[in-house]
Amino acid sequence: MKKEKQDSDIKALLEEPLIVVNIGLEGFADELKQQGVAVVHVDWAPPAGGDVKLANLLSKLGV
Amino acid sequence: MKIIEDANAEALKRMLSADPVLVDVVPASQAIPALKERMVLHAGPPIGWDRMCGPMRGAVTGIAVFEGWASDLETAEKMAADGAFEFHPNHHFDAVGPMTGMTTMSQPVMVVENRAFGNRAFCAINEGLGKVMRFGGNDDEVLDRLRWLRDVLGPALGAALRSGDGIALKNLIARGLTMGDEMHQRNVACSGLALRALAPALAATSTDTAELSRILAFIGGNDQFFLNIAMVMGKAMMDPVRNIEGSSIVTAMCRNGTDFGIRVSGTGDRWFVAPVEMPEGLYFPGFTEADANPDMGDSTIVETIGLGGFAMGAAPAVAGFVGAGAASDAANFTHAMGEIAYGENPEWTIPALDYLGVPTGIDIRLVVETRLAPTINTGIAHKKPGVGQVGAGVVRAPMACFEQALEAFAESVGVS
Repeated sequence: MKKEKQDSDIKALLEEPLIVVNIGLEGFADELKQQGVAVVHVDWAPPAGGDVKLANLLSKLGV
Repeated sequence: MKIIEDANAEALKRMLSADPVLVDVVPASQAIPALKERMVLHAGPPIGWDRMCGPMRGAVTGIAVFEGWASDLETAEKMAADGAFEFHPNHHFDAVGPMTGMTTMSQPVMVVENRAFGNRAFCAINEGLGKVMRFGGNDDEVLDRLRWLRDVLGPALGAALRSGDGIALKNLIARGLTMGDEMHQRNVACSGLALRALAPALAATSTDTAELSRILAFIGGNDQFFLNIAMVMGKAMMDPVRNIEGSSIVTAMCRNGTDFGIRVSGTGDRWFVAPVEMPEGLYFPGFTEADANPDMGDSTIVETIGLGGFAMGAAPAVAGFVGAGAASDAANFTHAMGEIAYGENPEWTIPALDYLGVPTGIDIRLVVETRLAPTINTGIAHKKPGVGQVGAGVVRAPMACFEQALEAFAESVGVS
């Protein structure tokens, strides 16, 4: 019963006009814009560019 | 961490409560008693003759002739290579200098006193545009101008400033921001405001009207006259911010044409150094990127206090001059620098950005986290000694400086 409800919700979502929130790589947002999809881009990158050692230090230093 | 938040709040408080006043112009040997014969203070972190770039070497040989340590440039170069001169960063002696940043005994230096803390800082007088020593120029024209600064302009400015209570700089900067200056590559308004403040006292203390006329024309004809005042103000503001235990705020950024160096409050006077980058910008007619020297000078103290590239939004005209994009892009630079600053300066605001305070207090944690390196507006020197300025542009501080600093800072607060 629960799974049927989920499937029905997803179906309903896809039948409505999409508004996409894109996080990170801006190229994905550009592609969707070119196809006429409403998209909000969030400029985000992993802390310290993904450098694990620096990111760990930053998390301990309160960032 | 609470220790860091408290320390950074204290650092910001010291920056915002600074009261810098231009009070005097005196020979460098008087301002800095430790300056001795054959001792040269230069821009940027420590460097020896063997690693100096072309313009820096050009300036060293020129200043050696100017000081009478060598009879000509060739002899000066030989002496430098033989270790006859002692080199130290300006920053080690409460001083700063633009581009090559030469400070030696007999040059006149402007004195800014931070009246909130009682410390003083020093910087040579701006030589004007064109062929000048700060860009490595060292011929007779350059040295003759330096002699005039030493014998005429310096003493005249000193007498004028001593006849009054000095020029308070905090309000002058606030006005300059509303008039389109960012105080690194655009100082038109502040140079005019400074001249307006200086002229009556210069006239009152002058005994030679012909020299007075030349002095007024020299200052009035130099749009960058105020740059050196902004720099020495920045040094006077940032020195009291040094050595606050637990503070991750940058207290100095500078470059010597080979290396870029930064200092951080919580790690004391240690330099974090990485190879300096090449500015991206626009070149004067007849010059290209192939002629350019990598970035140089102590002038990045201006960005350290929230001006220059950090205040680009106040100076759309500069965005075009340094090749940073359209005038409408200027605001983006200031907003981006807000991402790496601990706070804002409510007294230095930008009208076009709804009176946003300039981003203040570069936090190394935010720089490393966001990978947004400080934006610096800069002049570009020719890589050969003696040619001078060939363009203007924007350069980023190397991320490696901030990464090294972060690791050392973490260790200083017991984090590994």
